[in-house]
Amino acid sequence: MTRRLLLQGGRLLDPSRRLDERGDLLIAEGKIARLGGTIDAGESTDVLDCAGCYVSPGFIDVHCHLREPGREDVETIATGARAAAAGGFTAVCAMPNTEPVTDNQAAVGFIIRQALRANAARVYPIGAISVAQRGEALAEFGEMMGAGAVAVSDDGRPVASAHLMRTALEYAQAFDIPVIDHCEEPTLAKGGAMNEGVVSARLGLPGIPTEAEEIMVIRDILLARRTGGHVHLAHMSTKGSVELIRWGKERGIRVTAEVTPHHLTLTEDACEGYDTHAKMNPPLRTAADVAALGEALRDGTIDLVATDHAPHHYDAKEREFADAPFGIIGLETALALVVTELVTPGVIDFATLVDRMSCRPAALFHLQGGTLAQGSVADVTVFDPARTWTVDPSSFLSKGRNTPYAGRTLTGRAVYTIVGGHVVYRLGG
Amino acid sequence: MPSATTILDARAMDRTLRRMADEIVELNDGTDNLIIVGIQRRGVQLAERIAATIKARNDVDVPRGALDITLYRDDLQTVGPRPVVGATKLPWDLEDRFVVIVDDVLYTGRTVRAALDELADFGRPARIALAVLVDRGGRELPIHADVVGKRIDVAPRDRVDVLVEELDGKDGVVIARRDDDA
Amino acid sequence: MTSALGKDLLGLEPLTSEQIQLVLDTAEPFKEISERAIKKVPALRGQTIVNLFFEASTRTRISFEFAEKRLSADTVNVASSGSSVQKGETLVDTARNLEAMRIDMVVIRHGASGAARFLADRIESNVINAGDGTHEHPTQGLLDLLTLRDHFGTLAGRRVCIVGDVLHSRVARSNIWGLKKMGAEVGVCGPRSLLPWAIGEFGVTVFSRVEEAIEWAEALNILRLQLERMTAGYIPSLREYNRVFGITRERLARAPRDVLILHPGPMNRGVEIDSDVADGPHSVILNQVTNGVAIRMAVLYLLAGGRPELAEAAKGGSER
Repeated sequence: MTRRLLLQGGRLLDPSRRLDERGDLLIAEGKIARLGGTIDAGESTDVLDCAGCYVSPGFIDVHCHLREPGREDVETIATGARAAAAGGFTAVCAMPNTEPVTDNQAAVGFIIRQALRANAARVYPIGAISVAQRGEALAEFGEMMGAGAVAVSDDGRPVASAHLMRTALEYAQAFDIPVIDHCEEPTLAKGGAMNEGVVSARLGLPGIPTEAEEIMVIRDILLARRTGGHVHLAHMSTKGSVELIRWGKERGIRVTAEVTPHHLTLTEDACEGYDTHAKMNPPLRTAADVAALGEALRDGTIDLVATDHAPHHYDAKEREFADAPFGIIGLETALALVVTELVTPGVIDFATLVDRMSCRPAALFHLQGGTLAQGSVADVTVFDPARTWTVDPSSFLSKGRNTPYAGRTLTGRAVYTIVGGHVVYRLGG
Repeated sequence: MPSATTILDARAMDRTLRRMADEIVELNDGTDNLIIVGIQRRGVQLAERIAATIKARNDVDVPRGALDITLYRDDLQTVGPRPVVGATKLPWDLEDRFVVIVDDVLYTGRTVRAALDELADFGRPARIALAVLVDRGGRELPIHADVVGKRIDVAPRDRVDVLVEELDGKDGVVIARRDDDA
Repeated sequence: MTSALGKDLLGLEPLTSEQIQLVLDTAEPFKEISERAIKKVPALRGQTIVNLFFEASTRTRISFEFAEKRLSADTVNVASSGSSVQKGETLVDTARNLEAMRIDMVVIRHGASGAARFLADRIESNVINAGDGTHEHPTQGLLDLLTLRDHFGTLAGRRVCIVGDVLHSRVARSNIWGLKKMGAEVGVCGPRSLLPWAIGEFGVTVFSRVEEAIEWAEALNILRLQLERMTAGYIPSLREYNRVFGITRERLARAPRDVLILHPGPMNRGVEIDSDVADGPHSVILNQVTNGVAIRMAVLYLLAGGRPELAEAAKGGSER
């Protein structure tokens, strides 16, 4: 018999069940056995002191890049899963733009096996939409689903062909999985290094207009309307996209969307001085976009927060802005950024944070977790909403160090991350 | 508090410059082939005064030039560039001429060394002489003046200021003394 | 030690009008040195300068080289063609190597915007931006300002229009910042596809027709049209560009006043500028080239050493 785990003295927060109260939570056999009130520890029970902390369903990141197979020097499934756990994530979805691309059953199975060995956050593979992400022939959705994939995406590149996108949305309905699109009109975005605006004009950097994203957002929404499929729009960055998604949702179209912590907290100004840590795709936009994204997260137009965790080799960003790769890491800063930049200023409350980082992702991607309901899997995050800490990339569990937040003092930190009843991360432990 | 002592007032300075003009003409045994070159900045004005005296007494317009030695200084790395470099005007062929360099104060000799270097880049005069309004001693190079307006002995921390009407509103030479604790 | 310009000259946007004024004023006496029989002064004797050119550029490199040699600096030219990606060694390695060789200054021309800043942030030597991507070309901007000042006496209130491919032009950006800081009114004119989308936020007047620009301007700075803009789809053809935006004698003849003509070179005669304009009486294109050496001497000189406040203190000494 495995030992039981008692989370004592925390504040139970599960917006999926409108639960927000002080109480204990008992985990047994990997499941949530009892919650609420005071629970006696009893025999063979480990007790975790959760005083001052929220006890919530485990966070789920539906969008990260773990680089394995192919670039194990940059990140592995194991290091990525440990970084996720350190950030309070009990599960992450790994994008398929690896080398080789995760576009078949065997590749999906490889990720599942590597993740089991890591013994940290769960890792769910996302399969490619097209073979080798070439944007031509459909990959075998059914085979990949059978092996454990939870969604399909050609993320890293857009689905340029409207016909392919339509077909994917139609074909995916047999498996009830979301088709995730990286919305970027490739001819309009070509060569771009940052948001097109006054900053790019001053720095002399080729710009990516907001329309490069919005054209694909509306295309995908219209194709979802036509097909009835579920389109999930990755890393939304513009006010215009928010308005288009709102338009789609008002009409009952099956469109869902995510936003990253960095698009919620940074603007194009971060690119001043050619700081390559501020180079990401989609690019950081303007303050008006940031405000619209925060509001959309609050009102549910944007469903969830995803990190787009994109580690790069330590010197890959140490170069000219135009030649540097896109992307930053995000697993270990996501919670604190949302707390510091959205909860503290009052844009959203903690219940909304948990909903957008746990309940909604679980529901939309049909994943276990996302609830503290009795009998459900014991994927639980215990986080201290008031703990302040300073971002020190050298202390990250991710192999990546590419973050624009180094040196920033943030509030909010995961204290225990529990996956299937096992503590896979404890702060300072 | 620094204190200032006047060692030449306007009239004394005028007398001194007239005497220097006479000595220059004497040194050259006339005004033939003579060129008077002032070192930027106040040397230029003093050279003008001397040339005016020579014209008044000999009815000869002596050619004048101006030399800015900033780019020939040897202390760029230690004290850095001056914000603005003055003009060098030497529109004369220096070949076989008698060039008199005019400066306000002779101290370490480094300015004159730089001026000699710069002149050499413009040509090869038959002879170069040096005329200064004030020689305050303290040479760091083997350089001496051929014509001296006034010799004085002052401490290294003191400053000798030559004032000219054109730039300073009045003529005169003053010593600005600084206390040790100033 | 930091000079009156700071450690580096990366662009005109970060400079104050006083700093720009200082460079222009300092350039004046340097013009005369180039007229001497012996065109050389010892100001930078013993200083080592590397001219690091990642892009082919004959005239800018030669201009810098003359400026360096006339100041008696020791110079080394490093030319590396091809893109930064193709060349193998990364810019950060180049920077480290230069630092290890204890050089005093680097003049860098690079195809990537921000490359000069990148280098400057990583080495202690002074860095002079000789053109970085489509960002800035500050010495070109300064020599344009000097040429305009030579002609007009002052820049304040003068109306200068930059004509052509502003989007891809580092010369345009340096000119816009420099002219605005010196109080000039700045116009830009070109096909909208070759103007930055956010040009309206630069504080310049945008002309869509070149005839309007000519009517407004007292001086035109005509940008080189890169031939590859046609293949990249920004304009349909060079012939049409010349017909719609080319500066021709006929167009200038209708101007209400004489219009000064500048061009950073190299010119595409018959495309952005007609030969009889380039060679005409109001062209100061060769004055720009002459001023280029003086401006670069001034910049090298001002960056070369110490602090002006120390120089001021030294002046107070005894000899001046």
